[in-house]
Amino acid sequence: MSYGLETAARPETLRRVAIDPISRVEGHGKVTILLDDEGKVHQVRLHIVEFRGFEKFIQGRPYWEVPVMVQRLCGICPVSHHLAASKAMDRVVGARRLTPAAERIRRLMHYGQMLQSHALHFFHLASPDLLFGFGSDAAKRNIVGVAAAHPDTARRGVLLRKFGQEVIRVTAGKRIHGTGSIPGGVNKAVTREERDYLLADLYTFVGWCRDAVALAKELHGADPALYNSFGVFRSGLLSLVGPDGGLDFYDGKLRARDENGAIHFDGVDAADYGTRIHEAVRPWSYMKFPFLADKGEEHGWYKVGPLARVQNCDFIPTPLAEKERREFVDYAGGVPIHAPLAYHWARMIEMLHAAETIKDLLHDDELLGRDLLAGGPRANEGVGIIEAPRGTLIHHYRVGEDDLVTMCNLIVSTTHNNQAMNEAIRHVAKRYLSGKTLTEGLLNHIEVAIRAFDPCLSCATHALGRMALEVSLVDADGTAIDRLVRHGDGTVGREPGA
Amino acid sequence: MRAPVAIFGIGNRSRGDDAAGPLLVEGLSRWLEEAGLETQFECFEEYQLQPEHALDLVGRRLALFVDARAGLPEPVRLECLVPAGVAFAASTHELSPGETLAVYRAITGEDPPPAFVLGVRADSFELGDEPGEATRAAMREAQRLLVGLCLAPDAARWRKAMNAPTPSLSPCAASPS
Repeated sequence: MSYGLETAARPETLRRVAIDPISRVEGHGKVTILLDDEGKVHQVRLHIVEFRGFEKFIQGRPYWEVPVMVQRLCGICPVSHHLAASKAMDRVVGARRLTPAAERIRRLMHYGQMLQSHALHFFHLASPDLLFGFGSDAAKRNIVGVAAAHPDTARRGVLLRKFGQEVIRVTAGKRIHGTGSIPGGVNKAVTREERDYLLADLYTFVGWCRDAVALAKELHGADPALYNSFGVFRSGLLSLVGPDGGLDFYDGKLRARDENGAIHFDGVDAADYGTRIHEAVRPWSYMKFPFLADKGEEHGWYKVGPLARVQNCDFIPTPLAEKERREFVDYAGGVPIHAPLAYHWARMIEMLHAAETIKDLLHDDELLGRDLLAGGPRANEGVGIIEAPRGTLIHHYRVGEDDLVTMCNLIVSTTHNNQAMNEAIRHVAKRYLSGKTLTEGLLNHIEVAIRAFDPCLSCATHALGRMALEVSLVDADGTAIDRLVRHGDGTVGREPGA
Repeated sequence: MRAPVAIFGIGNRSRGDDAAGPLLVEGLSRWLEEAGLETQFECFEEYQLQPEHALDLVGRRLALFVDARAGLPEPVRLECLVPAGVAFAASTHELSPGETLAVYRAITGEDPPPAFVLGVRADSFELGDEPGEATRAAMREAQRLLVGLCLAPDAARWRKAMNAPTPSLSPCAASPS
């Protein structure tokens, strides 16, 4: 856990390499690398322009609107926001325990989103790197390239996405802007016909998820020297775990482990997150840096998401995924795996677990219940925590007597992983960027490290005209001496310095 | 049986001008119903295009993507799409309409249906904002064009409209509100 490469001693004497920006409207990321005169890496920082207007957007709205409105914060995992906000507002309406049907419907919605999101990441974003190699032709390194070389893999990825989308539609009412989850429960029951529709091809999908785990495992095993060392750093782990210590994406208590795998804290209620997790601000980044309060800012940062969850739980409560988890744990020999590329393997284990859980929920007749709402004494504050595809997602609200939201605090998954992503690219940059020439292959190694965490840089917007990816080599006096541009069609061109 | 024409309104209603696509397609849906044409068109609202949206194009005769477009010099622009190479995805999770067509071809092995994109000029994407005046004016122009396109759902007619100095079809008697 070193900050050694975060801040150079004399940055004014160094050249700056900037990877800038991904897109103004879809999120904005930039990597800056300061080199010394000998081309050695001295400072590396990942800047993500995280939009901090979320709280303002929510404050002043009636609490019952919030689970719907927060879906507009993120176009990638709106269901996670929908459910995290609903869980927080459950407390406000006094629903400490949902009805059996409502709890199962929400779980089904969430596990559908997990399956869908993990399929998107693995098949669309990660598999091109993993199947073709990090330095391969960018024009082929995409889902169309995968479809040409591995047509069945690509087709399965798309159909798994489609299935997840259908689970969401059935439970949330619509493909997007779902209104299914409301404070205290859900407002839409699942019919027997809908249940049977989702069950129709489910066993095929479970089989495909097993194959996806096998593929991720095979890729990892084919080049362990690379997979076990690429961007490796050690850190603690944080996630929810179920009451029995099992993997649970929807609900549970917070558990943290240290970098050696020892439990640091366990059983922390969602309402107490603020006593355990603090957020630091650094002047060079818009995104905050969360850390475990009792370990302090320097040593208390951690990682979240699949790699943390699969190793933080005691077991996975579905048999096929549990078998895979045991193999994963055995592979590491009883110590935590910290390799960022192992996120892909862990993510596929989670996708298999999501498919198995969907199967179990669809076979549970409680899912078809009609008692959908619970309530109790009104409260003025609520915290909802959920394990979103990218990691722990925290929603915290205070509501006035007039039912309007007076305070909103969100800690999203990508923010939890902020320091971890910085550490990963530092290690990659140290290893691969020691020269004075920028190449697309070198850049992609950094991007592969970032992608392993599946960061959500999206701010839920979309517009045509995607910006190119730009890499600039800037001298100590601010003069750009080299510039590499990745155009919208994936081609890369070297352009004169600015 | 699927409706022969798929129309996607893409964007986020709470992101200023980005709301143009969803709002236009919402209004169009109402008009289609009033005009008795709803069985001929299926309308979708999406934040972003992702690979599975290629499956929404299966069995269609025509497709149209309505989207806010930053930096567009004219208020609206109608363009014909061809399957595009998929751009290197550094961290983005979205596909462009052309990339969605490429995914369609990759996973079905067939050419996608003729597809068009109706871009609407957009400048600001701030969370919580309403569409700005320039985009609202562009949306009014886009509404008229959309109705014309739906009254003549034919790729050749749409291409002709695309080539006109100001995209247009026959004058519209009604427009979505």
